[in-house]
Amino acid sequence: MTALAWLIPCALLLGLLGLAAFLWSLHSGQFEDLEGAGWRALDDEPRREEAEHKG
Amino acid sequence: MAHPMTKAAAPRRANAGGRARPGAILTVLAVENMHCGGCMRKVEQALAALPGVDSARANLSAKRVATVHSSTAVKPTELVEALARAGFKAAELAHDIADPAKQAERDLLKRLGVAGFAAANIMLLSVSVWSGGGGDMTPSVRSLFHWLSALIALPAVAYAGVPFFRSAAQALRARRLNMDVPISLGVTLATAMSLLQTTRGSEQIYFDAAVTLLFFLLVGRYLDQRMRVRTAGAAANLMGLRASTASVILPDGGTERLGSRLLAPGMRILTVAGERFAVDGRVLDGRSEVDESLITGETAPRSVAAGAQIYAGTTNLSGSLVTQATATDQGTLLAEIARLMSAAEQARGHYVRLADRAARLYAPAVHILGLVTFLGWMFAGRGWEAALTVAIAVLIITCPCALALAVPAVQVAATGRLFSNGVLVKAADGMERLAEIDTVVFDKTGTLTLGEPALSQTAGVSDRVLARAAGLAAASRHPYARAVVRAAEATSLKIAHAAGVREEAGFGLERAGPTGIERLGSAEWCGAQANTSDLAAVWYRGGDGAVVRLAFEDRLRRDAADVIACLHAAGLDTELLSGDRGSVVEAAARHAGISRWKAQMLPAQKIARIEALQAAGRKVLMVGDGLNDAPALAAAHASLSPSTAADISQTAADAVFQGERLGPVLEVLAVARATRRMALQNFAIAIAYNCLFVPLAMAGLVTPLLAAIAMSASSIAVTANAVRLKTMHLELA
Repeated sequence: MTALAWLIPCALLLGLLGLAAFLWSLHSGQFEDLEGAGWRALDDEPRREEAEHKG
Repeated sequence: MAHPMTKAAAPRRANAGGRARPGAILTVLAVENMHCGGCMRKVEQALAALPGVDSARANLSAKRVATVHSSTAVKPTELVEALARAGFKAAELAHDIADPAKQAERDLLKRLGVAGFAAANIMLLSVSVWSGGGGDMTPSVRSLFHWLSALIALPAVAYAGVPFFRSAAQALRARRLNMDVPISLGVTLATAMSLLQTTRGSEQIYFDAAVTLLFFLLVGRYLDQRMRVRTAGAAANLMGLRASTASVILPDGGTERLGSRLLAPGMRILTVAGERFAVDGRVLDGRSEVDESLITGETAPRSVAAGAQIYAGTTNLSGSLVTQATATDQGTLLAEIARLMSAAEQARGHYVRLADRAARLYAPAVHILGLVTFLGWMFAGRGWEAALTVAIAVLIITCPCALALAVPAVQVAATGRLFSNGVLVKAADGMERLAEIDTVVFDKTGTLTLGEPALSQTAGVSDRVLARAAGLAAASRHPYARAVVRAAEATSLKIAHAAGVREEAGFGLERAGPTGIERLGSAEWCGAQANTSDLAAVWYRGGDGAVVRLAFEDRLRRDAADVIACLHAAGLDTELLSGDRGSVVEAAARHAGISRWKAQMLPAQKIARIEALQAAGRKVLMVGDGLNDAPALAAAHASLSPSTAADISQTAADAVFQGERLGPVLEVLAVARATRRMALQNFAIAIAYNCLFVPLAMAGLVTPLLAAIAMSASSIAVTANAVRLKTMHLELA
């Protein structure tokens, strides 16, 4: 039963990490355009800002 | 009068961060024809290329693009023009992307995440208790697990349950019962009781049930909200695209483009060929033809010259016109129709959705069952605590979790299926109303027909004449000229494109041919002897002076007759109401196979006819596209518009369909009926499961394990049933 002492906190911590990741992605607008995000991955051309940085 | 939109449309300060400069503002544009990743990139590049634009980010799901730009260097109208040059129809939106409905959606998603986390972790602990409870788990370890569950459940319930608690409190304050009252009661009682039992080291703990319940309920609530946001967003985009601009002639002779809200009676306005009139007015200068089919249903263009009256929303076809505005914005015929429409819409507001009707029956039944159980066990002499525990088990079992998922899950599947077939459902309750339809009323021009003229089968028009005429016609944007070109292309004639074609607005085209002057246009222009009421024709005069008449007709959509036949076969009645002339309407009705028709109907008469049908107990579906149909679309029980319809009609309609076929009408009705059938099936599943478990719960036999399994199983069953709708083969019958 001593294993519980660290297994349970581990399980809870992992769960909380998942929750935090979800809340972060929600907050950073990753759920705003589910359709467009799929297309953007296929877009080969560099975006304007990147193109400028490359000079 | 200050327009309510003016204030909301005032420049907003852009979000900090990124490359935004001081003075940068955020403008959100609705982009109508952005369909894929390629369009998205073109939209972003077209905007980013403008000087003064810091960033442009398109949202494909919402069909919008958010642009951060300098408020001085570039105006929102210039953004719209840049997109028009790139081939996209766009309009500035008064609404920000962060509107309240969208906020509510994100809020629900956050609570859903928290409930999901809590449910998963509590379940982890509960499963250990259930499996180890009879074996080697000591009471102290079990107690530890219960305390840990309580630690996770209490904040999770307090946070994730808020939408239900709030809605239940509102209902109770208004002395009503809704679905959220039994939900709130069940969840709070279960949590409180479990906490009490935990302090006493008891075995019967319902934390897992309470949190899992919230999780499933939030899934249903989120799906419902997401559909509302999507439909409201589509409606807002259409409203934004409706607002137009006009070129106003300034006293010094220059022109300035102004939004239609800023126009005033007395202003002189220049309208070029192909543009829509933004005001009602009188022609001061110029000659042209006007397409008024959206207002009158009449396909043949009307010739206008100085002194003629023109109406907002109609299209100028051939020449530039200078008009003097007589009525603007709220005073136009267009606005009059909009008012007629909003008055007609009132009746529809009383519609009660299926889920709400179910809640009215269900909520009292649940409370009575819970109370009966509690009193029964009290009288059986088990004491209040045991009686309350059993009553809570009943409340948890009856909690309308499958019921709350039943309708949203099916509707999301249905709108998704229609969306991939080119039908955009705009009203959240539209699917339910569409399922009840027993009578379909069609408009003619643009609905049963394609709304564009086609050269009718003519004797006496040789291929040589058609090819010569098409060579002239290729230089013009007039609908008859385009019809001539299409007819020539359809018979694969070689069109002799010749330079030097001159267009005389309101008369026709001419050029110097090999044998003399060739002309294509009105009877007068070609020197033909013709009845002046013969509107649906043009004449061609060859270099040799021979005159040929080319007649046009507005063709039926290719599958119109089949669709009407299918509707009749499925037992629906059809009717044709048109603003066009009697002879034309009769011919269209005969070809389409509709036996009841009425011609020369004004918008108010269309409403009156639909109201008469509905008073006789009919559930009417109006399918129409014109401005003159908009009030009828709003008055009918449900309504559909083709995507070529006037913007105001698309706004009034429950759903908008794309393409040249009328077939989507059948698909929409079939999916709507299947949606209702599946929703009722889902209700049946939910109730069957209640019939099985409620007696067990009332007898005190339901353990926390059984409650958790039963609840999840019924929720998964209704969702799985709904998903079938996506791929099911459907026919209207």
